[in-house]
Amino acid sequence: MANALILGISIASIFLVAAIGLTIIYGTAGVINMAHGEFIMLGAYATYAMQTYFGLPYFLCIPCAFVIVGAIGFVIEKLLIQYLYHRPLDTLLATWGVSLVLIQGTRLTFGSDPKYIQMPGFLSSNIELGGVSLAAFRIFVILAALALIALVWFVFYKTDFGIKVRAVTQNREMAAAFGINSKQVYSFTFAFGAGLAGVAGALFGVLNIVLPTMGTGYVVQAFLIVVTGGGALMGSAIASIATGEMQSIFAMLLNDSFARFLIFILIVVFLRFRPQGLISAGGSRR
Amino acid sequence: MSWTRRTFLKNSSLAAGALAAPAVWLPTARESWGATLSEGEPIKIGLLFSLTGGLAVPEEDSTLVMQYAIDEINTAGGIAGHPIEPVIVDAKSDFSVYTEKARELILRDKVISIFGCYTSASRKAILPTIMDRDNLLFYPTCYEGAECTQNTVCTGPLANQHSRDLIPFMVENFGKRVFFVGSDYVWPKESNKNAKIWLENAGGELLGEEYVPLGSSEFGPVLAKIRAAKPDFIFSTVVGASDIAFHRQFKQEGFSADDMPIASLTTGEIETKAMGAENGAGHFLSAPYFQGLENETNQKFVEKFLSSPYGKNGVTHYNMEETYTSAYVFKNALEKVIAERGIEEVTPTAIRNACAGIKVGADISPEGEIWVDENNFNTWLVPKIGQCQADGSFKIVKQADAHVEPDPYSIYPDVGTCTAEGLLAPDGTLRTDVI
Repeated sequence: MANALILGISIASIFLVAAIGLTIIYGTAGVINMAHGEFIMLGAYATYAMQTYFGLPYFLCIPCAFVIVGAIGFVIEKLLIQYLYHRPLDTLLATWGVSLVLIQGTRLTFGSDPKYIQMPGFLSSNIELGGVSLAAFRIFVILAALALIALVWFVFYKTDFGIKVRAVTQNREMAAAFGINSKQVYSFTFAFGAGLAGVAGALFGVLNIVLPTMGTGYVVQAFLIVVTGGGALMGSAIASIATGEMQSIFAMLLNDSFARFLIFILIVVFLRFRPQGLISAGGSRR
Repeated sequence: MSWTRRTFLKNSSLAAGALAAPAVWLPTARESWGATLSEGEPIKIGLLFSLTGGLAVPEEDSTLVMQYAIDEINTAGGIAGHPIEPVIVDAKSDFSVYTEKARELILRDKVISIFGCYTSASRKAILPTIMDRDNLLFYPTCYEGAECTQNTVCTGPLANQHSRDLIPFMVENFGKRVFFVGSDYVWPKESNKNAKIWLENAGGELLGEEYVPLGSSEFGPVLAKIRAAKPDFIFSTVVGASDIAFHRQFKQEGFSADDMPIASLTTGEIETKAMGAENGAGHFLSAPYFQGLENETNQKFVEKFLSSPYGKNGVTHYNMEETYTSAYVFKNALEKVIAERGIEEVTPTAIRNACAGIKVGADISPEGEIWVDENNFNTWLVPKIGQCQADGSFKIVKQADAHVEPDPYSIYPDVGTCTAEGLLAPDGTLRTDVI
């Protein structure tokens, strides 16, 4: 059972890493970003490209993925998303279109065969402590999740940019009246969220297969976490831990397919009684 | 006019009659729906694989190798002097698109046969359409069996051929305790039913049987169960992207192929390339074909294919090779029909009937000679077991002494036996088109 609980933390960390970029984009900027999975996919391909063509070590590829995917997110925001902020249903359709373009663009650039990302040898070991065992890479993902939470918290609560973001989220017009360039704040928020998805891609490329379509599985998972969590960072973290632990324990007692089925049902029931999610971010747009 | 119930009934039945009318004057014989060939025209076949979506990795290779085979046949003069013209469509990994495209290929393009599918789910989706129009499907990969139609020819191994040698081999070399892991759909479950029989005969012990959702990349819980059960080896029917995640996490979790090898039915050269050779090394695969097979035909096939424009993905693997041989089964059968009846009389059904007993010789087939069974239209082949080496290539460690018979109902003898005319139940009743 101790094993299942530890594994649950690991699964939770994967859920959270997948969802953290979306938490920013959906929770703060209010954009229903269907292309989130493709940002994750781009992160994996950025890592692959950096490693294969420039010979960068894996750990350096992770910040590279953040910068590259963040830049792509920035461009997409400038070209498309910024015109759609007060039309949430249209962003849904537009970002879905973006996701198709990104999948096909990646296929044309890199080909449709699966790519391979190499990771440092010491991460492919297993650590055992008093009957509990966990892969080194899973511990690395847990640490990465904690680091990402710390980073987001720092950016949002300890920097000028974060103060502006929170001001714009609460009341866009009032913030603009105080001289905050709300357009620019949205652009950077979107780019930041996209960059975080890129980091997720760099991590998942090692756990999973690297393919143009790899993102589609993650976007559902990420939305579940964000909607259950209510759009706030803390909400996403708690929702990840709850679903991760349930996934692990149910899978241990029953099996994997049934565990997912149960979690989906529990989430539906939960949202029936608390549609705003665990911790509601609040804001004038909602 | 006032609408009473009576006038409504009258008018609506007239309207219904008018709508139903086209069915009356359409040709009644199913054969006349079907495609035919004519002198001086190319032979049209449909290639129904996914070029996009989750199934694109194996199915794009299938399309490429078919184009390669068609080029090769056309360069050598075509079939009885007629070139083959492929109609390539994209099924987008969506089962409803498979059906739609199959109908389009038959009705609009009037193809004489369809080569397509990689999963049992898509095959089962299009078979009703194909049977309805009496067309012919060449299904060029492995499947579970338990089907008996008059419209399919399969060149891959059935469940009874696939694991027959693998399980006893593993039990003998590594131990009796085994754990089954598979993707959660029909093929792994049926394959495992077969494997259990071989395991029982070999005196092995099944410690657990786990299925993960198709496409899942989280193997933590399954690997934790495996760690607790301590099997001697793992028997895997995990497919696609999940298979890559499974092998990578297996190594990451500290398992080693030396202590607990994975015996798989699907982890071939392309999967090994995607997961990295260090994650595949030491594990086993059962298949009729490996890139490393040492015979002249295969060496020529590998060299020619990889240097052709279709060989861009850099490997050949069992699924590709089974697709390649299916093109030659078609060629040999069609040549036979044309010789017997003339080109104007060729129908999909005639090709299917001619496939009975058709051989593809060792000079063409990279896996060695194969032939199509006269009763169930699956393929007699020689299953082989390969072990993945440090460089990602496979070394053949065991090969069946003789060809193994395909038996789609080997674990369901009560259901009956598959004959060319249909499924013959033990009580003597004959059922056609059983899927």
